Amino acid sequence: MDFTTVIGLEVHAQLLTKSKIFCSCSTTFGASPNSHTCPVCLGMPGVLPVLNKTVVEFAMKMALATNCNINKFSSFARKNYFYPDLPKAYQISQYSEPLAEHGYMDIELDGKMKRIGITRIHIEEDAGKLLHDDHNPFSYVDLNRTGVPLIEIVSEPDMHSAEEAAAYLRALHEILVYLEICDGTMEEGSFRCDANVSIMPVGSQEFGTRAELKNMNSFRNVQRAIEYEVKRQSYLIENGGRVIQETRLWDANAGVSNSMRGKEEAHDYRYFPDPDLLPVIVNDDWIARMRESLPELPAAKRARFIADYEIPAYDAGVLTADKRLSFYYEEVVRLSGKPKQASNWVMGEVLRLLNEDKKDISACAVSPAGLAMLLELIEKGTISGKMAKDVIVEMYVAGAMPDEIIATKGLSQISDESAIIATITDIIAKNPEQLEQFRAGKDKLFGFFVGQAMKATGGKANPALLNDLLKKMLAAN
Amino acid sequence: MKIGKAEVAHIANLSRLEFGDAEMELFTSQLNDILLYMEKLSAVDTASVMPATTQEMARHNAFREDVVAPSLSSEEALRNAPDATGDCIRVPKVVE
Amino acid sequence: MELHFLTIGELREKIATREIAATTVVRSILKRIAEVDTQVHAYINVLSESAMAEAELIDAAIAKGIIKPLSGVPIALKDICCTKGIETTCCSRILRGFIPPYDATVVEKLREAGAIIIGKTNMDEFAMGSSTETSCFGATRNPYDLTRIPGGSSGGSAAAVAADECLAAIGSDTGGSIRQPAALCGVVGLKPTYGRVSRFGLIAFASSLDQIGPFTKTVADSALMLSVLAGYDAKDSTSVNLPVPDYSAFLGRDIRGWRIGIPREYFIGGIDTETQSALDGVMRTLQACGASCVDISLPHTEYCLAVYYIVAPAEASSNLARYDGIKYGMRVEKFSDLKDLYKKTRSQGFGSEVKRRIMLGTYVLSSGYYDAYYKKASRVRTLIKQDFADAFRVCDVILTPTTPSAAFKIGEKTNDPMQMYLSDIFTISTNLAGIPGISVPCGYTASGLPIGAQFLAGHFEEAKLLQVTAAYEQAGTFIKRRPKI
Repeated sequence: MDFTTVIGLEVHAQLLTKSKIFCSCSTTFGASPNSHTCPVCLGMPGVLPVLNKTVVEFAMKMALATNCNINKFSSFARKNYFYPDLPKAYQISQYSEPLAEHGYMDIELDGKMKRIGITRIHIEEDAGKLLHDDHNPFSYVDLNRTGVPLIEIVSEPDMHSAEEAAAYLRALHEILVYLEICDGTMEEGSFRCDANVSIMPVGSQEFGTRAELKNMNSFRNVQRAIEYEVKRQSYLIENGGRVIQETRLWDANAGVSNSMRGKEEAHDYRYFPDPDLLPVIVNDDWIARMRESLPELPAAKRARFIADYEIPAYDAGVLTADKRLSFYYEEVVRLSGKPKQASNWVMGEVLRLLNEDKKDISACAVSPAGLAMLLELIEKGTISGKMAKDVIVEMYVAGAMPDEIIATKGLSQISDESAIIATITDIIAKNPEQLEQFRAGKDKLFGFFVGQAMKATGGKANPALLNDLLKKMLAAN
Repeated sequence: MKIGKAEVAHIANLSRLEFGDAEMELFTSQLNDILLYMEKLSAVDTASVMPATTQEMARHNAFREDVVAPSLSSEEALRNAPDATGDCIRVPKVVE
Repeated sequence: MELHFLTIGELREKIATREIAATTVVRSILKRIAEVDTQVHAYINVLSESAMAEAELIDAAIAKGIIKPLSGVPIALKDICCTKGIETTCCSRILRGFIPPYDATVVEKLREAGAIIIGKTNMDEFAMGSSTETSCFGATRNPYDLTRIPGGSSGGSAAAVAADECLAAIGSDTGGSIRQPAALCGVVGLKPTYGRVSRFGLIAFASSLDQIGPFTKTVADSALMLSVLAGYDAKDSTSVNLPVPDYSAFLGRDIRGWRIGIPREYFIGGIDTETQSALDGVMRTLQACGASCVDISLPHTEYCLAVYYIVAPAEASSNLARYDGIKYGMRVEKFSDLKDLYKKTRSQGFGSEVKRRIMLGTYVLSSGYYDAYYKKASRVRTLIKQDFADAFRVCDVILTPTTPSAAFKIGEKTNDPMQMYLSDIFTISTNLAGIPGISVPCGYTASGLPIGAQFLAGHFEEAKLLQVTAAYEQAGTFIKRRPKI
């Protein structure tokens, strides 16, 4: 039997505000346990939440970047359940009146564009962390993360393969990072994804029973977990089984997911409007201000790079995948006026050097000004392209400008016509036999003269100039 | 009967409360009395009425600026906890 | 004259003229507490040492000429207000030992105004009750008849003021918890408009209904206290950023031409004849002051109790879920696992009335019942608000009895929750509508129990309440009696 896979994703992104959503504690990751807590985020009696305005603005940015309608009126609700990482025993979230709805994202897969619907984006607070110790019967509660702001981005069940899901997830991630509202670190949990997966016979209109997948902490694991789940469900149905609605935890080491059935309480969250918080009312003016504050988004930037810089789509994709890399590239272009060469060098040497060191562009010692100068020096013929590849390594290691390196290492190319003429004259004089044979028609000997000239100049002769002059002088006499 | 003993037991579980038999009996009967009294609301036509919002005036947008203020020390934060060890609150193991 | 009999107004003059030192007042109040509180049991914690220390500081400030609105005034706090460094329990076993690292905003404001916190008063557990019998510290007694309840839930604060164990006290009112005990103890109790006084540090019962207010011996003192307590607080999103009037300026202004709304739904059946005749007396006095009484209707009155007992328990079930034995307060010693720890701690930590309301609130919010109960009640609440908005188009203030009858006997209603709930029948609508209300003493039963009259006004019109009740008080038709203790 052939099946159609149906996937919807729920993404939680921690917002990069300085303080928590409802209190003034720091959101910095990695502090010692329970040192970023106060009576409000500890859920002490009688305390009250006050909403961080920047949280609303960051969420609005994401909503606009994903083509959502921002609701003029949105409100907060309490989601009630008992758990030691949830000190109030309710999570403040948005339920029936979310901040934004009805958006979409266009993703590209195998050269084809596809539109993925976004059901809603809402604001909520993160829970704390439980630390487990395998050797004793306790868990330990750290409430530093309690109250860190989150947005939850819920997609429509519009994805039909693990690849599509991964592409959508990468696109979301890219936008969040571009907007500088989330650091996107999956390992530290600042970008988290749950997947709802079901299958149905091809042509069917009715969705199958879905399983919810959790605990996938990398793009690759999201893809693997979905692939595993599709196989699992197909196998079940083809063998007369039945998919049941359940939550499954992905085990990346074993490459399988396990049912949480039995370990999970039947939930009844008893949502109701939070009486401690006022509704958020957003007017057109505020939305317009947020829209103006949006940076150029990756898709628009890619299109612009292709059109303005005439670089291939693939290159534009690589150069815009990281906002800082795109800034770096554009700075090199601005300083050098050489978009194609800049693209070749950034994509080639710069990224190669960074990848070898597992560093990103922010840690690159080759400054845009340095790379622009290097391109200029190649064009002027001061150094050859081949020499430049050695120079950029020096630049990367020492953080120096290319002219300094060329000067100290004496690398500069000989482009002085008279100097080269002198060298050639000397070589011709020393090799009368070869000259005679060349003039007699033995063209191959041209290479001999190039080699001799290069040897004489220590490889520094400008190759193009040398060729030109050599041709003239060998023919002339 | 608005609510039976099984349902009272379910609500007790959701509320993280437990009752002995006699108490359960009494609670079920008292909750029934109260819920029967609530029946009178069904006589009110509310088809075109919005639910009351939490605020008494048409108020909205109470915000704070995104500014960090000092937190409690972890010692202060945990001072009231019945079982704290080191920097953390200790609880019976949570099964995941 | 005994110092503890003073009103705030009287003490202020004596402090200002340096006739009396704050330390002298505090000593006198502590002596009074020592004499009568074994009978009344208004306090659960008397802060003798810190109160004396605060009084010394106030005296030092006064010596430098620094005199604040409440300099040297001993004030009692309901144990629902968080006090930094001082155990705060809401009179529940589950919060025993909890020491907040913060003060409620009202506590900060009182201290800033020079008041001295004399102690924490008894209350129904988590403010759930109308008699102060559900406290884990045992019942408070009515100073006018020690076999009777003082009302609740702020019964300790009402009794402390009535028995002259403080000059004023702070209470909280979710469905009548200030006004009902004020009526039953013969003192003035004011519930401000929702949002007028910060709720930060007030341990939440039902967040959309809770409001802090003062118990005082006179209307003038109530005005003084409200001027200190009221105001916007950035820590409470629901507090309102409106200027605070000088409430005392409204005292002594006449009420000629005022229309006093008499809601017919509050005067049919159920009211005790002595209460009815005391209210008739209030109406005659107001008419003599130049006001007129007009018949008004609040058509959804009969639904208030049902709406309240859905909305308040629903919010409470969520607000009280944090008491779980993990972060603070009580934890049982023996449990098998985390869930068992939760269940045993909560079952042993909460009293029956609290558990009953948590159960009720959980039920009305639970899957399948939310629309029929919580949502329905929220819609009817809108109609109740609308009733008041309509009424205040035709009258300045509304007059009702505060309670259907005077204080009942201790134990009389403890086994019948519905009967207990019905004692709040006249006060609940105020909280549902978010409007201010005040109860002032207006008479005594034949057996000497106080009777209260309740006045209600539109949102943020506390000044009107103070003006009308001050006019009534000054008319002199009601002669206040002290309890015989």
